[in-house]
This record gives sequence, C-alpha cells and structure tokens, in this order.
Amino acid sequence: MKLKGSQILLKMLELEKVDIIFGYPGGTVLDIYDQLYKSKLKHILVRHEQGAVHAADGYARATGKVGVCLVTSGPGATNTVTGIATANMDSIPLVVFTGQVPTTLIGNDAFQECDITGITRPCTKHNFLVRNIEELAATIKEAFHIARTGRPGPVLVDLPKNVMAAEIDFDPATIQIRNHETIHKPAPKKMAQVYEMLSHAKRPLIMTGGGVILGKASSELTELSRKYQIPVTGTLMGIGSFPGTDPLWLGMLGMHGTYYANMAVSHCDLLIAVGVRFDDRVTGTIETFAANAQIVQIDIDPSSINKNVVVDLPIIGATKTTLQDMLKFLAEHNYMQQAAERKEWLEQIAGWKEQVPLTYCQNGKVIKPQQVIETLHKVTKGDVIITTEVGQNQMWTAQFFPFDLPNTFITSGGLGTMGYGLPAAIGVKCAFPDKQVVDIAGDGSIQMNIQELATAAQYNINVKIVLLNNGYLGMVRQWQELFYEKRYSHTDMTYAPDFVKLAEAFGIVGLRATKPEEIEPTLIKGLALNKPVLMDFRVSRDECVYPMVGPGSSISEMKLGTREMIN
Amino acid sequence: MEKKEHIISILVHNKPDVLARIAGALGGKGYNIESLSVNTTTSYEISKIVMTSVGNQATITRIENQLRRIVDVIAVDDLTNVESIHRELILVKLILTADSKAKIEKAIDTYKWKVIVSADTYIILEITGDKPQIDFALARLEPMGIADITRTGIVALALEN
Repeated sequence: MKLKGSQILLKMLELEKVDIIFGYPGGTVLDIYDQLYKSKLKHILVRHEQGAVHAADGYARATGKVGVCLVTSGPGATNTVTGIATANMDSIPLVVFTGQVPTTLIGNDAFQECDITGITRPCTKHNFLVRNIEELAATIKEAFHIARTGRPGPVLVDLPKNVMAAEIDFDPATIQIRNHETIHKPAPKKMAQVYEMLSHAKRPLIMTGGGVILGKASSELTELSRKYQIPVTGTLMGIGSFPGTDPLWLGMLGMHGTYYANMAVSHCDLLIAVGVRFDDRVTGTIETFAANAQIVQIDIDPSSINKNVVVDLPIIGATKTTLQDMLKFLAEHNYMQQAAERKEWLEQIAGWKEQVPLTYCQNGKVIKPQQVIETLHKVTKGDVIITTEVGQNQMWTAQFFPFDLPNTFITSGGLGTMGYGLPAAIGVKCAFPDKQVVDIAGDGSIQMNIQELATAAQYNINVKIVLLNNGYLGMVRQWQELFYEKRYSHTDMTYAPDFVKLAEAFGIVGLRATKPEEIEPTLIKGLALNKPVLMDFRVSRDECVYPMVGPGSSISEMKLGTREMIN
Repeated sequence: MEKKEHIISILVHNKPDVLARIAGALGGKGYNIESLSVNTTTSYEISKIVMTSVGNQATITRIENQLRRIVDVIAVDDLTNVESIHRELILVKLILTADSKAKIEKAIDTYKWKVIVSADTYIILEITGDKPQIDFALARLEPMGIADITRTGIVALALEN
C-alpha cells in the first residue's frame, strides 16, 4: 500500500501505541497536521513548544511510557531545547518530532531552517535527520526503541517537509531495526560480595534514586529494606520509590536533605546506592561523603559509576533484575542481620530524628509555605500526583509531602527547569484524567510557562496550581541572604500580575488565601472544582528552606535555620 | 594515578554525524582528543576511529564510558593496555637548494626515506613509523627546511583480539 510520509508517521505512532501527542503546528509540518485533521490520535495544542515537551515529559514520568511531541522547524524546534535537556538530565523517554525544511533546501539558510540535530546532539540520547522516505518507518521505530531501552532518554527525529509529502509502499511487517536492549548478566560473585559486606555492616543504608523509578524496581527496593531492616534515604529523583510514610524512610539527603538522612549517610558503614549518579547537590564535598562507608553502586549506565564518587563495588545492570538477584542470593544464603546491632543503628537514627526533626515555625499570622504543603497532603490523603516548579517550592514539596508511590512526584531534578510544573501537570492529567493532579508552584517559576493556562482552559484539563507566592525568586534570595550578605540583587518579584485575575482572564478559576486559617478551605474548594484552578497562597516572604548544606560543605554540616526550629 | 597518552580504538556504525557525536560527547565533557584517524573498515557500514587522549586511568575509563553511551558506537578498546602496533604517516615537502641538495640526498640514503615526488626544485617524502620514529625523522628534517608537512593521526592494531 502506497502511503505518504505524513501518513506513515501516524501509522507508526499507532503501532507504538501512542495515545496522545503534544504539539504546535507550523509551515514544515503542515502535511502532518493535515493528516492529524483526519486522525483519531489525540493532539493537545500547547501555547509554546517548551510546554509541549514538558507536557510529554510529565506524561512519560507519570505513566512510564514514551512521551511524544510534534513541532515545526526553526524556532519551533529551538523552543523544544530546554524541554529536551530537562528530560535528558533525568533520563526521561521522549520522542520529539521536529519539522525541517525540504532536503533540497537544507544548508541554504532557508526560512525557518535550523540545524536542530546539531543543536540537540549534546542533550538527546540520540537524534535522527530522516533524509529520505525509505528510512522513515524504521527511523521512527528505532527512535521509540532507543528512547525506552537501557537508560532511557529523549530522542529527536527531524522530518524534512518533502519526506513527509513523498510516497512509498508501507508494510510494517518488513521494518527492521538494530536492537539496543541491554542483556541482563547475572553477577553471582558480586552478589556474594554484597552478602559479605552486609554481613559485616553494622550501619547499612540504602540510597535510592531515579533509576529505581525508571527501572520499575520500587517493590524490590522496598522488600530489601523492610525484610532486612535497612533504612532508606533518597535523592530528589528517588522520592516515591520507597514509601514516604514508612518508618524506615529518612527522607531526602543532600543540600536540602533532612538532618537525619545526612547524618545517616555520614555515619553509615555500608551505602547501597541504587539508580543514582551522585549529583553535587546530593554529595556536598566529595571527600567527606559517606566517608565511613563502603559503597555499592547499582546502575544500568557504566558512565554513572565512579564518575563523582569512587565506589567499592560497582554493579552494572538494570535496577530491577539486579535487586531481584540480590534478594534471591540473600534469601538463599540465609542472610539475617544481627538484630541487636541493627537496633542500635536504627535507634541512633531515631535519636537524630528526635534531635532535629523536619519542621518549621508557625506564628499563626502569616501562611507558611510548608503548612500549605502539609495541608494539601492532609486534604488529599496523599492520593494525588504532584508536579513542581523549581526552587523553594520544589524543595519544600520534597521535604514536607510524603510520597508513598513511584511516578507520583514529578519534578525537574537534574536541569532544574523553572516553568516545568504547569505543562508537566497538563501532561500528567492527560494520562490520568481521574486523578487529582497538582502543580506546586512558585511565583517566579509559574510565570515562565504561564501561557499554558490557556491549554488547560481550552481542553478543560483539570489541573490545580498551588502557588506559594512570596514575591521573590525565593531560592536565589535565600542564597543572597545566607551567602551574599543580604544583597537581594534582582530577586524581588513584587511586581507581578494579580494571579487571581490572571487565572480568570485565561478562563480558569482563581482563588486566594492570605491567612493560615484560609489554607484548608481554599484547598478543599479548589480541589473540588471540575475546572483548572489557580490558588494563590500569599506566604511568608522570607521563609528559607532548611536544613541547608552550604556550597563547599560536607553534608554533615547543615544550617538548621532559627533556634526555635530545633524542638 | 599516572597521566599518559592512551590510544582508543572505536568501532562505529558509519552514520551521518557519528564523528560529530564522538567529538561533541568528549569535548562537551571537557575531554581532549589529541590525535584522530577515521576511515571505513572492510564494510562501508562500519568505520573505525582511532583517537588518542591524555589522562590517568580513571579519566580514560570515563572517556570510554562516555563513548559507549553513543548509540552508534559498537565497541571501544583501549589499545594502550594490550600489545598493539602504532603507526603515523607524514608527507614532507623539502625545497632543494644548491646548499641543501647534497645533505638531503645523503639523509634519504642514510635513513631509507621514501621519495614519492622528485622535481627539480623540491622533493616530497613519505615516512611511516610509530611516534618516536616520526619524531626522530622530523628532528632530522627540520634543519633541511620543511616547506610543507602533513601528519596523520595514529592508527593502531591490537596483536591479539
């Protein structure tokens, strides 16, 4: 059967079981949009291409499937770059289709031409320029395969206009691609070493990361911890991979980690790191990180091993199968922790927890951002998927909202992309229309992709925005307060739109709370409405995120904030 | 750990941009490529790249791991850690003058250099060898007045696979 390139694209999306794409039309993708006009494939028209990529990214993080977007050439393509880099840093599987000028014009500085494969080479897992229609179907298939296999990541496919208009015989049965699947190699010797290390360890600790969520290994990790009473801390990306309400959970470690997680890392004698890459925000000074511990690192990507922290036992493999092997080996060899010794370690951690709990002060007059997050947990009973923007809002969410399930905390970790939360929430809500989806935002970040309120309004994508509005770029302001002698250079954002009116102007609901007693009723009202809602919480202007490990410090040296915070 | 030059052999799918991907992946992470040689193998579909980079073993391992992340890379081998042979090739143009002619002819005879073009006013030599041999030849050639020179990157082959 002869099909046009644009028809083959849609056929391939169907074969890949794509149920939704996020996109924005333009000159070079007119043929594709013409096919979409006749297609049943759901397309969400965003208001900026960056929003399309973040929406596809949110969809991918919440579902574990590949997120898909479609944009035009030139500026349409360059606008995707921040979104692609965001996904790349957090290993999120995406396929981004960009229009391109006809192959005959490539290199001519044609209208809306840009070398998008060149531009995105460093921030994609792989990318393709489809030079002729013969290679179109296989390239699309391979793009999806690459995006989801091994360590996942974004793949860009650049589609010249003439390739979309050309015709060829299409038979999906004949498409052949290279296999990129990683083969699981059992490592019994390494399992024996883990067994040995665990047998000698008095203070073991598990550190869980994004690789556990991406690798769908949460249940294995949870079993390892609970069965052998090994406490767990997590990176920002690891939040949700272990139940946040479990007593063995110590919360996040690192720059804004809990006191007890950072103390546990600093005092443990065995650290089992699973699906992490030891980001500088996690380790503090490398020399003092887990200085008393032997470190086991499990990761699917060899380049993540010994990159920042030199480990004693690297295990290269998928987190799920490796943890399964480990559980099996430990069970077969009757590994049992010496109960008395483990008790001492858990008591030591409980002591740190009691000494410096995760807390903040309330004076009853102004809204504290942490209180909004705690109340959100209370009124939703945790049954919610949360996205965040980047900065203080993100850190407070990581600290004060206990996530019990993987894929429910959706945040830009590695790149730290402001403006991520709203479009990501739109993507999540499209995947789970019956779930409550909330973007916890700051007033700085939300303005970076505020145009996506129109997308939410157009399709009545019922996302809720909990805006922690302090009139500052709060995290930068916090650094200025603590490390730049309170010179608040260009971080005051008091000049901002009236967010309630802005919400109304976009055709969604705006609510405002200015006093602590208004938090709960506002949340209850906003969450109950069957419309997108922006809730503007006017919070304490100078609240800081604590604990905080200063730049160049060891993670055991934490600023804990004001005195009254302790006890 | 000791810093030294490592010769890394990379087998890649001969796809558009593959060299840019390799150069970009290493350059973007702050690693330097000192020498480079690229060509297709017996199959046009597969190319071999031989590059050298200076670093301690940990750095070189990171370079190898970065290379292995590239989708079009098939295999990466550090030939420094195995028995291998290395060759470079230079083409050198020397101007013949009344003063230099005899000296140059004597040197060609002594060192068994291969003359590939011999004109009235200049000659072009082709010299192959490993790095010390090429450096040795260059030290001899320089006083004779090199008019132009091209030096390839290192090519290398492991004795046993």
